[in-house]
Amino acid sequence: MAIDMRQIAGLQEQALMLRARRHEVLANNIANADTPGYQARDIDFRAAMQQAGEAIASGAPLAEPVLGYRNPWQRAQDGNTVEMQVEQAALADNAVHYQATLNFLGGSFSSLRLAITGTGK
Amino acid sequence: MASVFDIAGAAMTAQMMRLNTTASNLANADSVSGSEATAYRARQTVFASVMQQAANGAPDDASVGVQVAGISESQAEIPRRYEPGNPLADAKGYVYGSNVNSVEEMANMIAASRSYQGNAEVFNTTKSLMLRTLQLGQ
Repeated sequence: MAIDMRQIAGLQEQALMLRARRHEVLANNIANADTPGYQARDIDFRAAMQQAGEAIASGAPLAEPVLGYRNPWQRAQDGNTVEMQVEQAALADNAVHYQATLNFLGGSFSSLRLAITGTGK
Repeated sequence: MASVFDIAGAAMTAQMMRLNTTASNLANADSVSGSEATAYRARQTVFASVMQQAANGAPDDASVGVQVAGISESQAEIPRRYEPGNPLADAKGYVYGSNVNSVEEMANMIAASRSYQGNAEVFNTTKSLMLRTLQLGQ
């Protein structure tokens, strides 16, 4: 029986990639916090995850997640919609979820090692 | 994920340039000159986001960092003072100061330093996430 790493990792692999992509988008928002006219972007994680699940089920290639625009609480005079506290909170939240996904993936690999060696060492 | 280092690095470079212009403005706040044309004018950095062409079926262009698109000079009025004893004074005895607003520059300096800190934080978070990713499966 061949071991299919994709099957072992399952959706967690997609989740990790989406989290990494979202981290880039949020980092970019923070980088452009003082750029006139810049509009903050974000990924709708739930929608992107659903899309990834459907793509895996149907065997279709994975598409890039759709980037949306953030609805600011208060828009700056120069048209910038980055709110530093919102972006930093989202970044911290995303980082924690990224680490959680890493833990789940690591758990899958430990289980596999346990099955192979019988001791997990 | 590694591109985050570029993004945060570019942002820190841009904020550093903003701090540099602020420092230059504050240093020249009391500079005088012999004519209105040569008087020191307050400088401001102009930020612009770096755009990347849509690729891999992405629906639209995504921004990948920030850059300093240029430096603009303030068009505020240049103050003129009557100082006939000043060696730089023109034929009528006037010297021309700079149009730097110190209060504005101080506020600008604090804003730049806060933004710099925000990006340094992103840098640190990314670093710890990547180090943890390297340990995956161990």
